[in-house]
Formats: sequence, C-alpha cells, structure tokens
Amino acid sequence: MTTTDTRTPQAPQVDPAKVARPAATGDVDGSPGVPLQRLIRVELRKMVDTRAGRWMLIVMSAISLVVMAAFLIWGPSEEANYSELLGLTSLPLVILLPILGIMAATSEWSQRTGLVTFTLEPRRGRVIVAKIIATLMLGLVVTATAFAASALGNVIGSTFGDGNGAWDLTWQVALGVTLAFAIFVLQGLAFGFVFLNTPFAIVASLLLPTLWSIAVGMIASLAEPSKWLDLNQVTDPLFSGSMTGENWAQLASSTGVWVLLPLAIGAWRVMHREVK
Amino acid sequence: MITVENLTKRYGGFTAVDDISFEVRPGSVVGFLGPNGAGKSTAMRMMTGLTPATSGRSTVLGKPYRDLHNPGRQVGVMLDASAQHPGRTGREILRLAAIQIGVPKSRVDDALALVGLTDEEAKRRVRNYSLGMRQRLGLASALLGQPEVLILDEPANGLDPQGIHWMRGLLRSFADGGGTVLLSSHLLHEVQVIADDLVMIGRGKIVAQGTKDELLSRGGTTVRSTDDAALYAALSRAEVHVTSVASGLVVDAEPGVVGQIALDERIVLLELRSGGSEGLEEMFLSLTAATSREGTAA
Repeated sequence: MTTTDTRTPQAPQVDPAKVARPAATGDVDGSPGVPLQRLIRVELRKMVDTRAGRWMLIVMSAISLVVMAAFLIWGPSEEANYSELLGLTSLPLVILLPILGIMAATSEWSQRTGLVTFTLEPRRGRVIVAKIIATLMLGLVVTATAFAASALGNVIGSTFGDGNGAWDLTWQVALGVTLAFAIFVLQGLAFGFVFLNTPFAIVASLLLPTLWSIAVGMIASLAEPSKWLDLNQVTDPLFSGSMTGENWAQLASSTGVWVLLPLAIGAWRVMHREVK
Repeated sequence: MITVENLTKRYGGFTAVDDISFEVRPGSVVGFLGPNGAGKSTAMRMMTGLTPATSGRSTVLGKPYRDLHNPGRQVGVMLDASAQHPGRTGREILRLAAIQIGVPKSRVDDALALVGLTDEEAKRRVRNYSLGMRQRLGLASALLGQPEVLILDEPANGLDPQGIHWMRGLLRSFADGGGTVLLSSHLLHEVQVIADDLVMIGRGKIVAQGTKDELLSRGGTTVRSTDDAALYAALSRAEVHVTSVASGLVVDAEPGVVGQIALDERIVLLELRSGGSEGLEEMFLSLTAATSREGTAA
C-alpha cells in the first residue's frame, strides 16, 4: 500500500525559512480588500499577457490604420478631412470595442481563472470595478490609435492625394467620439457579465441591436420609441458633434437599457454565481 | 484555524454537503477524505467563499472567508491546479497573484524554488505543463503570500512518488511551524502518513472523524500466539472484547494491554499489531461503500 515513498531515501528538500512560516502581515489589518489600484494593475496585465489578448489589442489598434490605407488607396480622397477620416475609423471599432469588453468580462469564467481571482479577492464587486476601469483604459488606447491613424491619414491624404487636409475636429466631436467608444466598451462588459460566456455574449451583443433595428423597420409604431432605445442611432450625433438636449436624453435612455441595465444584472450574477 | 459548523449545500433536491462540522487547529494537518463526488470540493469551495452555503457557516482565522482583509496573505488556497489560462507562463501566473496580494517580485522566485520548478519550466506556458507541474505551480501560488492556513484540494493528484514524498515534508514542516493545513484526498494512504486528524465524508455526510491514532486503534489489535485458545480465554476474563478470526484474534484494546495479558499468562506471541493501515483502509472502504457509487454493486 505505502510503496510510494519508500524509494526516496533523501529527506525532502525544504528550506523552512522560505516556506511556510506563517508570517503576520501588515495587510491583515487596515481597510478590507485588496487596494483597487492593485486590482486594476492585475486586470490590465491579464488582458495583455496572453497571445489572444495581445493580438486582439494589436488588431483593434491596427484596424484604424488598415481603414486609413484602404481609404487613401481606393476611397474618394477629395473628401478627406480629419473628422471624415475619424468617422471612417470608428465604423469597425463600434463593432470591435464591445468585444474587448466581452473578453475582459468573461475571461475568468471561460478559462476558470475566477477560481484564483475570487479566492484572492472574495469581494467580487471590487474585481468588477477594477475590470471596468482597466477595460476602459485599454479602450482609450484603442481610441487614441484611431485618432492618431486618422491624423496620419489626413496628412498623407492632403500631401500625396487631393484631400483638403482640414483639421476640422471640434472638441465636441473629439469628446463625443471618446464617449461613444466608452459606451460601446461598457456595453460589451455588461453583456459579458450577463452571459459569462464569450461566444453567447458576442452573438447577443451583435444580434440583439440588429434584431431591434429590423423590428423597428418592420413595425411602424416602434419608430418613435426606437429613437430612445437604439444605441447606434442615438450615438450618431456624438460622432457629428451635434448633440441637442433631446439627443442627450435619448442617449441616456438608450444607455440605460443597453448598458446600465445589463451591467446591473451582470454584476449581480458575478457576485452571486458559484465559481467552479 | 478553520472551523466548519453545520455546513450544508443543496442543489435543488440534491444535497451535496450535508450538515458537516469539524475544526482544523493550528499546527495540525487534517485529511479530508472521501470517494469521488462525496462533496469534498463543494465543501472547500464554501469555505473559501466561492460557493454560497445553503446553511451553516465556516470561518478561517476566526472570520468568514469573505471578511478576510487580504486572503492571499492569510490563506493559501489550491482548489484546481488546472484552472489556469493555458496561454500564461507559470511565472506570469505567480506574478499576477503576487501583484494582487501585494508581495514583492522576489517571492515569486522563492515560491518557484520552494516547489522545485526550474527557471526554464517557469518560462513555459501552462498549456505544456504536466499535471504534476500544475500541482507544483498551484502549491507555489498557495504559498506565495506566506499564509497561516492552507486549503488544498487533492494536492497530491498527478505527483510522482517522489513528489508526494516531497509534498508531505513540505506540509509537515508548514504545520510544525504553527500553520494550519486542510487537504483533501480520495486515497487513504496518501493522507494517512501526514495527517494528524481525519475527516471522512461520503455522500455529503461525515461518516467518521477524529485523530488518526483514534481512528487507527478502532481497527483493534490483531494478535497471534502459540495458544490462541488460552489467550482468548485470558482476554475474555480481562473483559476485553475479542473475536476469533482465521489469522488469529482481533482484540478491541491497545496492543500494550494485549501484550501485558499475554505476558501474565506466559503465552508466546507470534504477532501483535494494531489494526494499522489495513484497519483504516477497511474502515474507509466499508464506511464509504454504503455511500459511494460502487455501493450497490459491492
């Protein structure tokens, strides 16, 4: 029965100084919980320390350059000015940024790393907050590359092509684009937290808004409520910098339905779900 | 210090963990034994705040796990060594944990050295790790914050004999230094060598618990002599419960008591031993047979 250890004559190589000496630590007292700043650092690192995560960010950042290149080669370059170009780069990002959020929200569950993450910080709400902040930070990096790529495209388009090269970006548009991108990142996070399953969340975040648009197209009576409930429609004025008071109200109601409501449901799920 | 009081977990009509209570004192190793699916892992997940308990409570170092300020520095937990992102290197996984619990980078090297993972191995992605290497990495992760308590689910799984031997030494020295260790296993002999106390669980219920010596002596003393009949009579006179079996006598008393009686009666003993591992093994099998999957077939 006990044949397992009879063949190893030497004593186990354990340096008692380094083990396992129960050490009282300063962290034991003081405010409960791992400091948020440390959690954010960990979450940021987790999003870029795997090949999949790193490439997703590289692709998201590079796609603006690809769009610029395609436009400069094939596009009607006489229309090129900075805000036009920025609008172009935002087209793929509106679809891709939610996926960034989804990946961040679902990773603990798809790879079961939650088993470690939530034993090291059992106050799961803090982990959720750290994930949201970390993902928004990465979303900002992607946004910055879109601004930079558009600027590059504007310079090249006016120097070598016949673009007018106007730097016509108002601060309203700059802020509006950034806000819109942040909303799409948050929407991804919210859907990720609700489904806690990467493919489901991606399909749902792509499909549901589309289904809603189709339904609105088919049923005339939905046209009016849709102005208040279609995230793509209500973010349009953000990209053009023409937000009116009513637009803000519409943005708020749509964000409430597509971002805040799922975020609340998702946060509740993460905090109460059994981690296996 | 770990205390578990009336901990229960029900999934619909199925009771995975049924009203279990036990205690792990500082300086001791408690083996949590049971066949597969007995509820060991569910119980450990409840102790670490991952699974909400249906009723009952558990505390670590006097607090519910979720109230620990920085659990990584107080409790080392390994519940499933394979639950790691396969694309991360071993070192990166420890690095992430080190940042989260707030220990310096040098602890990562200490922990790697402690579990015997080489630099080259630590640079490899976990995808390419053997189960034994994952277990070592999991232990490194649990020990990273120099905790006072260890909660380990099947830590010996996948370790080679030398690895199991090494782990015993490690956990022993941890407990001897004042640490508290709870480890689960479905193999009796794996924990029998190292555990001070045993908690046996079958179908969610505790079927036996106590110190190892206590449980071992429950197997009785086996004795064989040149004159078993005379010894039987002498033992009966001494009001010790004794049963005659094919290979001698099984006595419900300490070997010392039996030996003394034999000496007084001047009976030559050929064999005298406590129930020992076989006794405990038999008890383990019999206690769990009624509750394990093979129960009906056996």
